[in-house]
Amino acid sequence: MRKVLKYVSLDILKNNIVFAYAIMLALFSWSAFGLEDNASKGILTVLNIILLTVPLVSVLFATIYVYNSSEFIELLVSHPVKRGMIWKALFTGLSSSLALAYLLGAGIPILLFADFYTAVMMIVTGIFLSVIFVAIAFLSSILTRDKAKGIGISVLLWLYFSLLFDGLVLFLFFQFADYPIEKAVVVLSALSPVDLCRILILLHLDVSAMLGHTGAVFKNFFGTDWGLILSFTILTLWVVIPFAISLKKFKRKDL
Amino acid sequence: MKNKDIIKYLFSFILLLGAGNHVLSRTIYAGAGQSYPTIKSAIDACEPGDTLVITEGLYKEGNLIIDKPVFITGRGMPVLDGEKKYEVISVKSSNVTIKGLHIRNSGQGTLDDPGGIKVYDAVNVIIEDNELRDNFFGIYIQYGKNCIIRNNIIKASQKEEYRSGNGIHCWKSDSLQITGNRIEGHRDGIYFEFVTHSVIWRNISWYNLRYGLHFMFSNDDAYISNYFKNNGAGVAVMFTRRVVMMNNTFEENWGDAAYGALFKEISDCYLSGNKFIRNTTGLFLDGSSRIRMERNLFLTNGWGMRIQASCIDNIISANNFIANTFDVTTNGSLTLNKFDENYWDKYEGYDLDKNGIGDVPYRPLSLYSVIVEKNPPAMLLYRSFMTSLLDKSEKLLPSLTPENFVDNNPRMKPYTL
Repeated sequence: MRKVLKYVSLDILKNNIVFAYAIMLALFSWSAFGLEDNASKGILTVLNIILLTVPLVSVLFATIYVYNSSEFIELLVSHPVKRGMIWKALFTGLSSSLALAYLLGAGIPILLFADFYTAVMMIVTGIFLSVIFVAIAFLSSILTRDKAKGIGISVLLWLYFSLLFDGLVLFLFFQFADYPIEKAVVVLSALSPVDLCRILILLHLDVSAMLGHTGAVFKNFFGTDWGLILSFTILTLWVVIPFAISLKKFKRKDL
Repeated sequence: MKNKDIIKYLFSFILLLGAGNHVLSRTIYAGAGQSYPTIKSAIDACEPGDTLVITEGLYKEGNLIIDKPVFITGRGMPVLDGEKKYEVISVKSSNVTIKGLHIRNSGQGTLDDPGGIKVYDAVNVIIEDNELRDNFFGIYIQYGKNCIIRNNIIKASQKEEYRSGNGIHCWKSDSLQITGNRIEGHRDGIYFEFVTHSVIWRNISWYNLRYGLHFMFSNDDAYISNYFKNNGAGVAVMFTRRVVMMNNTFEENWGDAAYGALFKEISDCYLSGNKFIRNTTGLFLDGSSRIRMERNLFLTNGWGMRIQASCIDNIISANNFIANTFDVTTNGSLTLNKFDENYWDKYEGYDLDKNGIGDVPYRPLSLYSVIVEKNPPAMLLYRSFMTSLLDKSEKLLPSLTPENFVDNNPRMKPYTL
């Protein structure tokens, strides 16, 4: 595994896109914090970057990378290595390099400008989002042999989680405005990793507002230690489940 | 003798008479080893105008009634204990001064409202430099006039709102000065009902169960440079006219029904230089009219200001709104208030003529604040891409938010306050 991981990592490093991604993130965040007159507005800009760009780049780069390394995978399969090992190494290499790029690019300015707890939450959720969307990319690239179709699925999933899901939830809010839906909403938010990450950061950013009316319901849920543990368990499940399905499929796949 | 000399002698005689009065007033000492071992006996021995010095020690004498104008002072903070049974000091005379006492454990009871120091129907009472601990009511003034409550430390640890009293409670009084007190752990820090022409200045009121300051039917008062923090529901000013509120700080009042300040049915008030920081709602206005607000700061609140549609003719100008989740919200489509020349940190317009005022009007009411007002759980979607998009398009073409809810001269730079 270590050897395969080494080759994958080297290959990703040779491909300068991850470097460029890190630099882009850094430029974005430094300018966001530098241009805005107060740090909290900078944080909001960076929050949008995390919630939109990080998933997009992760899912696209990972999907394309998996398709492009199909020959490399075939080559490895002919060697005496376990199939699962190849897939896992590929996943570890990709997700760790994207997470590292995020950490170096956006993590440092966030840590410098935002207050400590908000910063930690933003960095952790950003890393989770990178890894989750790499896992989703692995799933969509294993679903179909057609590269265009695979990338299409990835982009659609990103669109769904980043944009469509919120719209649907908002629609539900209006439809069921007369009912006590606070608790249902908490469950619903677990269905989108992007939303879950946003709420976790929101509880730190808009702490005063979240202590208001229904905010208290969410604060009591997500703000407690158990709520945090549960949220991160759900985020972990978002990594494990798509990857496990793709791994199962990969093991049986006729290459 | 010339006429002039007669006047001179007469004048000095009058002066002498005045001085004689002072010479006649005595100083009486109460306490162990003194001529009067109990405070009660010392008070009985006092003539009007005497000074009563209570020496260091613990006194458990039940209810002390002061029914003559005396100057009472403690030496080394003597402790007067009400044993949770009695009202400690009842002032039933005018011109009384109470200074330097430690008063604790007054009786409890909602029928007669016992207090640490209670003033009944008196003029010119001064209560200063005392420490009041674990009393039901701290200092209670009813039908008082020209009284001064100064530099007292009032502390209790009351648990339930319905079984607790206020720190400084003033009822049907006039011309009071409440200055430099620290109040903690009571129901309301300072309570005013039917109190007029009074000033509340430089007090610290925090961690009280209900309100830091509570105004009811109290006209023509001012509260200036006070600090209110973390009270159960902030500060409430209700059913009152002509109140001046300046340079106060309202901080960290958190919860669904907690406001930095709550204004209900008040009119003709003036607010300036106040700071609203980290409250769930900074300022809540309901049924209030003709209030002028300028040079206040709203910083990092959930809702900077909630102005209900029942408010009319308020002028909100030259304030700073910085880093609030929502700057302003309202509950209806009617807007009869004026917002002008405020600084809004969310303003995205430009200033081509460089006069410091943005060329595009600013609509402080975000679409999402309207949505959340109608549908509170929607708060969970706040800051998602979808809602930012909705907000942006609403800013360009207002459809849901009231058309005239607008600041026509938004400032480009914050005011230095």
